[in-house]
Amino acid sequence: MNEQLAFTIEVFLNGLMAGVLYALVALGFVLIYKASGIFNYAQGVMALFAAMTLVGIQNGQVPFAHLINAIFGTDVHKFGWHIHSFLAIILTVFVMIALAWAVQRFVFRHLVGQEPIILFMATIGLAYFLEGIADLMWGSELKALNVCAAEGTCLPQGMNMWLEGTTYEAFGYGFFIDNLDIVASIIAVLLVGGLVMFAQYTKQGRAMRAVADDHQAALSVGVSLNFIWILVWSLAGFVALVAGIMWGAKSGVQFSLSLIALKALPVLMLGGFTSIPGAIVGGLIIGVGEKLFEFLIGAPFLGGATENWFAYMLALLFLVFRPQGLFGEKIIERV
Amino acid sequence: MKDNADSYVTEDGRTIGPVVMEMKNITLRFGGVEAIKDISFDIREGEIRAIIGPNGAGKSSMLNVISGFYVPQEGQVWYQGAPRPPMKPYQVAEQGIARTFQNIALFEGMSVLDNVMTGRLTHMKSGMLAQTFWRGAAEREEVANREVAEKIIDFLEIQAIRKTPVARLPYGLKKRVELARALAAEPSLLLLDEPMAGMNVEEKEDMSRFILDVNDEFGTTIALIEHDMGVVMDLSDRVVVMDYGKKIGDGTPNEVRNNQEVIDAYLGVAHD
Repeated sequence: MNEQLAFTIEVFLNGLMAGVLYALVALGFVLIYKASGIFNYAQGVMALFAAMTLVGIQNGQVPFAHLINAIFGTDVHKFGWHIHSFLAIILTVFVMIALAWAVQRFVFRHLVGQEPIILFMATIGLAYFLEGIADLMWGSELKALNVCAAEGTCLPQGMNMWLEGTTYEAFGYGFFIDNLDIVASIIAVLLVGGLVMFAQYTKQGRAMRAVADDHQAALSVGVSLNFIWILVWSLAGFVALVAGIMWGAKSGVQFSLSLIALKALPVLMLGGFTSIPGAIVGGLIIGVGEKLFEFLIGAPFLGGATENWFAYMLALLFLVFRPQGLFGEKIIERV
Repeated sequence: MKDNADSYVTEDGRTIGPVVMEMKNITLRFGGVEAIKDISFDIREGEIRAIIGPNGAGKSSMLNVISGFYVPQEGQVWYQGAPRPPMKPYQVAEQGIARTFQNIALFEGMSVLDNVMTGRLTHMKSGMLAQTFWRGAAEREEVANREVAEKIIDFLEIQAIRKTPVARLPYGLKKRVELARALAAEPSLLLLDEPMAGMNVEEKEDMSRFILDVNDEFGTTIALIEHDMGVVMDLSDRVVVMDYGKKIGDGTPNEVRNNQEVIDAYLGVAHD
């Protein structure tokens, strides 16, 4: 098999897996946008917050340690225990649900019926607030997110082996693929499948679609807007947690995690702001597109570093020729 | 007709049951404007109760008070024999009161069938996880809900458009779909806000027939708003007449028709 072609396939596969992560972040945006018309700028920070909380809980860090020490003159930093990853993830899910409730209760409940731009500004505020709170709670240093934080706290035993990069033999050529990426992809597929089933077949899913479509009508068929909004923020928080774990396990939990939100924007332009499958396909196209473009055109002809702007250029083209995205709802207007 | 009797006999000879809903001295203000001034009336089981009046009389406000969209400053709403605490619209819906809107509030992105199925939301009980995987009880429940929805779609003769996205439908059909969604909840009280507004004669006749059939077939108690006197008189068993937020008449269509105050309001006698 041709070496160049094999390498291209490898780049393609790696792009696919990067795309899965973009798709996950975009998914969080879509959920909230669909149900409440809020463009949640804080989605990326939510991923950061979730990942930091997970690491903090795993390592038995005392939340707000610096604040407590400064006020009471104590010197506590850790509880001195390690929590099993699985349990820590569940606890973090509860934290994200509490966050969803708080966001709804203290911010958006007071902004019902406001202009979209005002809601958007509120999410910018939320993003900076969350960032600050995350720092205050868990400290700002770079943390390693290990699914195995310490001996005996691994998810399934021997998970580490599964998460390291491995070379696979195929067609007489060795493909290098990160096992973490494969795990991430599988989880993402399960997550999306679950969400689609949820939206399609459950009472709450139906109510969610109803709220997304018309608030007044949703109220009249017995749907509590407040409950549905808390639900979608919780779901978005959960998706953020998954994205945070994937990204954090790859490159550590640090501030730059919140910037993946910006990568989700072109994904949304492609997939449409209201389509769950669109977020997935958009994410994959951007992931594969930027890697292949860099490999085939960028590096040889344009001096490289095209990954930074390729996604935005693609999004711009879409905005010009298909503003509702690949799967976005067509705007039907009766005159 | 006596006010406090357990039942009464209508002009066309049907016997109407006891009071299901009673409005007691309702006053609703928006800022300094009194939209509803100290109005009391009741709705009895199985009847078609109309609220009529000229534009701006406060009819829609009254309906919004019943369905929980507005909370009156004074007065009480009694439902099924007990005073109702101030409620959110979704709680009112859970109590079995369904409604339609004057300006149609449908889920435009969904098909007709999906719209009607949302009317079943208050009847869906299985847990989230069970429904996600659609097993056992959840599946039976889904099938049962679907049957009710299909029955109502048949009843209102909209089978042909069941898979059509609502946004593509003409106005008259949208009104009918909205009625179907409200009916799907199997309400004990159905509120219709100008079900015939903006319709041509033929569509009005269809809608009148459906309203009568619904009342007849399912025994649904219906309260409706309309400002077309002719239609209302034919449809309803009892009529409340409002003008400038006040109640100026209440009784059977014949009683109301001969009420001098009502005649003045409709013919436009100058107010003091």
